[in-house]
Amino acid sequence: MIEILTSPAFNTIQDLGRHGARRFGVSTSGAMDPVALAAGNALLGNDDNAAGIEIQTFPFRLRFSADTAFALTGADHDATLAGSAVRPWWCTRAKAGDVLAITAPRRGARVYMTFGGGIDVPRVLGSRSTHLRGGFGGLEGRTLQAGDVVPIGNSPSSSDGRFDFGVAPPDVAIAGIASADDRVLRIRVMRAGEYDLFSEAMQASFWTTRWKISARSDRGGYRLIGGKLTLDAPVEMRSHGVVAGVVQVPPAGEPIIQMSDANTAGGYPKMAAVIQADLWRLGQATPGSVIAFSEVSYQDAVAAMAPVNDYLVKLRATADLYRAL
Amino acid sequence: MSINQPNAPFVGTIEKSPKISLIGTLAMLVEAPGDFDLLQQGRIWALADAVSTWPNVQEAVIGVTNVMLVFEQPPADIGMLGAAIVELWHRLPGRKADGKLIEIPVVYGGELGFDLPAVAKRAGLSERDVIRIHSEGEYTVCAVASSPGFGYLHGLDPRIHMPRKSVPSLNMRAGSVTIGGMQTGVAVLTSPNGWNAIGWASVAMFDPSSEQPSLMLPGDRVKFRIDRIEL
Repeated sequence: MIEILTSPAFNTIQDLGRHGARRFGVSTSGAMDPVALAAGNALLGNDDNAAGIEIQTFPFRLRFSADTAFALTGADHDATLAGSAVRPWWCTRAKAGDVLAITAPRRGARVYMTFGGGIDVPRVLGSRSTHLRGGFGGLEGRTLQAGDVVPIGNSPSSSDGRFDFGVAPPDVAIAGIASADDRVLRIRVMRAGEYDLFSEAMQASFWTTRWKISARSDRGGYRLIGGKLTLDAPVEMRSHGVVAGVVQVPPAGEPIIQMSDANTAGGYPKMAAVIQADLWRLGQATPGSVIAFSEVSYQDAVAAMAPVNDYLVKLRATADLYRAL
Repeated sequence: MSINQPNAPFVGTIEKSPKISLIGTLAMLVEAPGDFDLLQQGRIWALADAVSTWPNVQEAVIGVTNVMLVFEQPPADIGMLGAAIVELWHRLPGRKADGKLIEIPVVYGGELGFDLPAVAKRAGLSERDVIRIHSEGEYTVCAVASSPGFGYLHGLDPRIHMPRKSVPSLNMRAGSVTIGGMQTGVAVLTSPNGWNAIGWASVAMFDPSSEQPSLMLPGDRVKFRIDRIEL
């Protein structure tokens, strides 16, 4: 078990999401950076989908009630365990009574804390992810707060295995995805259903604008500032399913990228959709940061996932090997 | 058919085939051609039933005359998949609204039905007439979306259509019986809501601990019964 000591707001238990319940109006939830969560689990020998804590407000502190292996991944942050520094993208073991403290990241938005054996809250509709709007999943369907006691499962890997090692984060390990010098995050998208309804000038504006992620952005979606995308003739879309990554354009013209807690249905014209290989990078973008879109084909979008999947496969193999040494 | 690519091939008869578009590599939206009616909606239900059994389809998410397919993995051949869906669309008989009948007792008007006077005023009817018309109708669950277990109900009498509010009510109670444009529904969560509350029902619409969590499913029929009138 762990006890939460400090958790300002909106820190939740998340796994890779609640899939298959959209048809009941239930959004998927799930980690905003699924690669970081899966990597944290792989370091510990957990399933990729084991639940961890998504920390997006700081400082965050907790106390371990028992000896527990854990890993910290995601945003580039500082952490201490019983007063000693713990590096990001690292796994180690805490002793009963140890306090872990994490301060606000230097870069990135969300830190993931995973535990050997995963967080052992009940699955609801197939997932342990917190569904805040619906008030279910995670810990009583709500954000974590001081005093919460969170149960940890039994570790699948041997408890006397070796810990205290780390890996390179994906933006370092995967070639060619680091941001260029101009501090603009390049996000690859595919055109979506209503792209052709926009004039050539509006399409051009979509590709050339440096979009700023508004302060009114959260796990539900990122609102973008930087220009207005308007239709010559407004269209009324019938309510239809949407997925994380879809770039919708409301009548006011400022695009919204739907994220993990997005509604299951939308009715706004869809300009584009962020490809799966870049969604986790977007999940680490903070309000105020700047993004630019570039277009890829379906084939390129599919191919772009290979380096991400390879990264996770290699990480797991290395971690398994290292723990067994 | 266009699959978001300038050079995508056309398949089938353009006027009568669904529009198929991709939302990234893991989702595909299939939109019925033509206006909204229950015939087209029934064909969408049937299509959703059929394709949700296909390999690699994680789920078929029904919307209003459309269905979104969510895939486990990016499909290998998008063109072939699209063509198979168009072919199925033309071959498949539609499904009727043959689901269960759900009866919902409503406390009309009063504190929780605070928009009833505005609906009556716009319709040029008495509040009692609005209640009578609303409770005499039989409605069809077109789709479940927007919040867990929320059914979009079709079949509202045109006399009591009422546009959504431009400024949503801040904390509309779960169970509020509402009118939004040409549709009616029962709010599932207490939250901001732009629809017009005309009454309240104490019916459990959603139970996340159940295998079948949603009371309403596409194709179900709904009748509202007058439990009490508070004017």
